[in-house]
Amino acid sequence: MRQLTYSLAINEALHQMMDYDPSVFLIGQGVKSPWYVGNTAKGLLEKFGAERVIDTPVSENAITGTAVGAAIVGMRPVVVHPRIDFMMYAMDPVINEAANWHYMFGGRASVPVVIWGIINRGGEQAAQHSQSLHALFAHVPGLKVVMPSTAYDAKGLMIAAIKDNNPVVYLDDRWLYNLEGEVSKKIYSVQIGKGIIRKEGKDVTLVATSYMVVESIKASEELEREGVNVEVIDLRSVKPLDENLLFASIKKTGKLIIADGGWKTCGVAAEIASLVAENAFEFLKAPIKRITLPDVPTPASRALEDFYYPKAREIILSVKELLGGNYL
Amino acid sequence: MLSREFLKKLYSTMVRIRICEESFIEPILSGEIRCPVHLYSGEEAIATGVCLALSVKDYVFGTHRSHGHYLAKGGDMQGLIAEIYGKETGCSRGRGGSMHLISPEMGMVGSAPIVAGTISLALGAALASSIRREKRVTVSFFGDGATGEGVLYESLNFAALKRLPIIFVCENNFYATHMPIRECRPQNNIFKIGKPFGIQSHRVDGNDVLKVYEVSKNAVGLCRKGRGPVFIEFMTYRLRGHVGPDDNIQGTHTDIRSKEELEKWRKKDPVKKFEKFLIKNRILGEEELRRIKWEAEEEVKEAHRYAKMSHYPKPEELVKNVFKEVDA
Repeated sequence: MRQLTYSLAINEALHQMMDYDPSVFLIGQGVKSPWYVGNTAKGLLEKFGAERVIDTPVSENAITGTAVGAAIVGMRPVVVHPRIDFMMYAMDPVINEAANWHYMFGGRASVPVVIWGIINRGGEQAAQHSQSLHALFAHVPGLKVVMPSTAYDAKGLMIAAIKDNNPVVYLDDRWLYNLEGEVSKKIYSVQIGKGIIRKEGKDVTLVATSYMVVESIKASEELEREGVNVEVIDLRSVKPLDENLLFASIKKTGKLIIADGGWKTCGVAAEIASLVAENAFEFLKAPIKRITLPDVPTPASRALEDFYYPKAREIILSVKELLGGNYL
Repeated sequence: MLSREFLKKLYSTMVRIRICEESFIEPILSGEIRCPVHLYSGEEAIATGVCLALSVKDYVFGTHRSHGHYLAKGGDMQGLIAEIYGKETGCSRGRGGSMHLISPEMGMVGSAPIVAGTISLALGAALASSIRREKRVTVSFFGDGATGEGVLYESLNFAALKRLPIIFVCENNFYATHMPIRECRPQNNIFKIGKPFGIQSHRVDGNDVLKVYEVSKNAVGLCRKGRGPVFIEFMTYRLRGHVGPDDNIQGTHTDIRSKEELEKWRKKDPVKKFEKFLIKNRILGEEELRRIKWEAEEEVKEAHRYAKMSHYPKPEELVKNVFKEVDA
């Protein structure tokens, strides 16, 4: 199959869906800038015009509300936030309006909007340019949250999100943008709510989200050389969460490590840990381990940044700690 | 020159709203109605004059105080009253209550109580109409309290920038819940806030239904011709409390407004004012006015009976409709 980078896979999803469905449009800051949203918006303005590729003033609240309102009356907007941090201005339209709309009107209206927030970690960008806030959205009933980690899923989940009749928060990590992978030229969906086993194994289950999947695979390959067999699960959707895939793996390995790019407290890793404790406790042979960001704002200096973001080495250490613990 | 039939329609719409609103007081005081109810009594001329200048296809977004908007736009009274009783037959199937009213087939897109929260949604509906090249107009109703929210200014800017077919309707009743306008704004000049954006702006007596209709009709005409947006401030007064008959549901006099002020505004009651006009100009006689009132009373009584007889939502359906199941 053809190789494509992650960001161009998103770009292709947008091209194909805008072509396929006239109710799809892209709105947000920087969609006509050559660098603001990476190359994800490449060629869209030229092809679909300023009426459906709408670059906007810096007004996250109103612009997100605009996308939500357009969705309520039958459009399928994709609203992009080049930095998810700025999307905090838009919590009302996302959480109060979009998430609740279908339920609070008794199912008589729906909000088929994609709320796309780009995570921009690293690069000494400090606390307000680098946050991973997926857990915040996953907490809210009525929102779906997806986090693709491969080019194939980046396209397939964007298409699925656009086709979904509910608000979908689509979160992608810039660290994944140059990652190449096989991507079909067709319009295809990756089912929201379905995770995938990236590497089969029997010794320990390693569940990861977004960029942490990349680090998890690296770690698992290194561990493989030492004879440790890690099963890597890419969650893909944080909500709904593929519980069955998780439980089946725990049954097999009896051990769980979660690698998530968000903070620890009340985060996705905490949610996964409690799901497993509630539903698959009898299969656990060891305590659950979480690899997350520390509960600390992002520092700028590279000297601190290196310690801040967990990488393959932290994952390897955790796996060894868990396996070396002589648990049954 | 407005036809006798149309003038009668203006009157009967206002009377229906008033009688419907006042009918809630007894069941609120008896505890039969528990959800917060923000009565529209005293402001009927605005919903009536604005909505009767619209066609069924035009969109309306409302607030916490939207019974009048819903009824004037053609929403079904039984659905409204059943919703307030929390019944399955309510317009939002008992999931929304008084603050979440919807009638998609009549263009009442939805109401929500987050102050200024629906302004950006209305903006999105207007953008959708503009992308689809429809001649549809969207009205965003909000109160004077909403002028304290930043999203209003973001929305005014974007609407003006894109020349969207939207009418911003500010119902200035001089109080943001308990806060008198003089304590919220240094100057009492809400209508001027559209001007820096180049939006035509008007201040009109909101208790004079003919003036409301006239300014609204012109605004609708401009928006249909692609010469929107328009901003209108209607001066009015609520004859009841912020929530419930008085200021709170307890029923004791907790209104912070002086009795003298209330008395002054009772003399400007929009329904009575229009009645006088109709009689003085021999458009409708006393007998006809009585008949219109009687019909409204019967309709309201019947709607309460219907609501009380209706079933509550089933507990086993609590988790239904968090997401819309079928995708595009």
